[in-house]
Amino acid sequence: MPYPNYPDALIARILRSVKTIAMVGASPNESRPSYFAMKYLLDKGFKIIPVNPGQAGGEILGQRAYARVSDLQAPVDMVDIFRNSEAAGAITDEVIANKDRLGVKVLWMQLSVINEDAAKRADAAGLTVIMNRCPKIEYGRLSGEIGWYGVNRRVIDNRKHAAFNKGGSLARG
Amino acid sequence: MADYGFHTLAVHAGAQPDPATGARTTPIYQTSAFVFEDADQAAALFNLQVFGNIYSRLMNPTVAVLEERVAALEGGTAGLAASSGHAAQHLVFHTIMEPGAEFIAARQLYGGSVNQFNQSFKKYDWHARWADATDPDSFKRQVTDKTRAIFCESIANPGGVISDLEGIARVAEDAGVPLIVDNTLATPYLIRPFEWGANIIVHSATKFLGGHGNSLAGVIVEGGTFDWSKSGKYTTMIEENVSYHGIRFYETFGDFAFCVAARTLALRDLGPCLAPQNAFLVLTGIETLPLRMRRHCDNALAVARWLKADPRVAWVNYSGLEDHPLHAAHKKYCPKGAGAVFTFGLKGGYEAGMKMVNSVRIFSHLANIGDTRSLVIHPASTTHRQLSDEDRVKAGAGAEVVRLSIGIEDVADLIADLDQAMAD
Repeated sequence: MPYPNYPDALIARILRSVKTIAMVGASPNESRPSYFAMKYLLDKGFKIIPVNPGQAGGEILGQRAYARVSDLQAPVDMVDIFRNSEAAGAITDEVIANKDRLGVKVLWMQLSVINEDAAKRADAAGLTVIMNRCPKIEYGRLSGEIGWYGVNRRVIDNRKHAAFNKGGSLARG
Repeated sequence: MADYGFHTLAVHAGAQPDPATGARTTPIYQTSAFVFEDADQAAALFNLQVFGNIYSRLMNPTVAVLEERVAALEGGTAGLAASSGHAAQHLVFHTIMEPGAEFIAARQLYGGSVNQFNQSFKKYDWHARWADATDPDSFKRQVTDKTRAIFCESIANPGGVISDLEGIARVAEDAGVPLIVDNTLATPYLIRPFEWGANIIVHSATKFLGGHGNSLAGVIVEGGTFDWSKSGKYTTMIEENVSYHGIRFYETFGDFAFCVAARTLALRDLGPCLAPQNAFLVLTGIETLPLRMRRHCDNALAVARWLKADPRVAWVNYSGLEDHPLHAAHKKYCPKGAGAVFTFGLKGGYEAGMKMVNSVRIFSHLANIGDTRSLVIHPASTTHRQLSDEDRVKAGAGAEVVRLSIGIEDVADLIADLDQAMAD
């Protein structure tokens, strides 16, 4: 179990309630992990705002990129940090400073990004904090999809997931 | 998930009711390919950017349930299935080795693995150096700057030798290489190698996991603990991969990166995929794994004790017996049981052994282990035949050795069968 230990119910609640995610450290490079996560989450219907000073004014995956969190406009439900643990400190402080204006509820740090002091400050400011996780992997775990790659989802689920809940459907796609 | 017990995981891990129909057991997705949602999704799938099904060589939803189940039972991060245990080993080494590289293997191995290492792997210019599973220092002496991995069986075939996993894991860690453990004879019911420091586990699921002698299958499980980037040697894991537009597997997939790499590179190109029908049968067998292993081990101990006390028997090699040199290792590594596979020798030697093998009526004389049915074989002339005399003895398969794989029948019937088979 990766550190810290978060209940699946918390992660599921976040992924179900969040609509707009600012991705700090997003990259236009197709082979980068942040590109992978951005593409996956866009596919799932999230609005993703790339934040990267080097890409400001341009587009990544068809989304307009901004230089920094302070340049964003409301609403932003979650900020996802794709930078190293040390850089996460200053980014966290910028998020705290802008959280009321933007409506940010969740501060999320990617795999191997762990900054305990930043997490404490964010928590004290009323944000829900997740560290050392990838929203793509968590979505894949809880929806079951990542199981297709043989990944141990650490979930036992006895309910039929919605597909044709009440019989067939004429809808396509 | 850490809260669920082993019996619960054996029945449920990896499975969920079928979303299309509500079917409770895992459907057999007997399909070669899967439709894409649209051209964009197809491209994203091939780029590994989204999860989904493409073609059953790469992934199949029935097989995926088996992969996840075995990963959960071992406490690993991910699993990957193959058409056999040999195929699983091939995929593991293909992901780790390069021409000119070396690995260190225990001598106490299934004869088929010895052949794979000395014959086919050698043809790839991958070189095995040999050590003693009960002596970690013997592994340390074989470490060179070309060493990429260490390999041993947790409980070894044929003689039920129990490897010093903790000691060997320490050697692997000091050398900066992953420890690969073949956990076929033990299964995670008896031993969970990750708990002793292993990094990768392989199974011939043909044996105790499937348990019913009906399906060939192999499974790889990744522990998620090995740092593939530290030494710079594991190029497949850390360098930009040209066939996936430059992604670095370890960087992108983290603690399940080894299985993703083995799947999307080795399995993609070599092709030893598991048939969905076989995955279904193995999955069904796994549901009763803990019940069967309990019975296997209890029966084996009773048969071993009876043989040991019989005047026609020269020796019995079963670590479950109190006076066996590895009895302490059994108590340490697999206190629940010493397994169901062991060897013995008759006072009448080779001839008596052969007569016995020809005279049993319940035990089946065939090349397999880990079936509900009790099995018998003479390893020197079969499973270990293609080894040199010297390698055979080192593997525990000398000329007079008879190997038993004890099944789940009534133990009184098994003892009676051996008794009559040893009669003059």
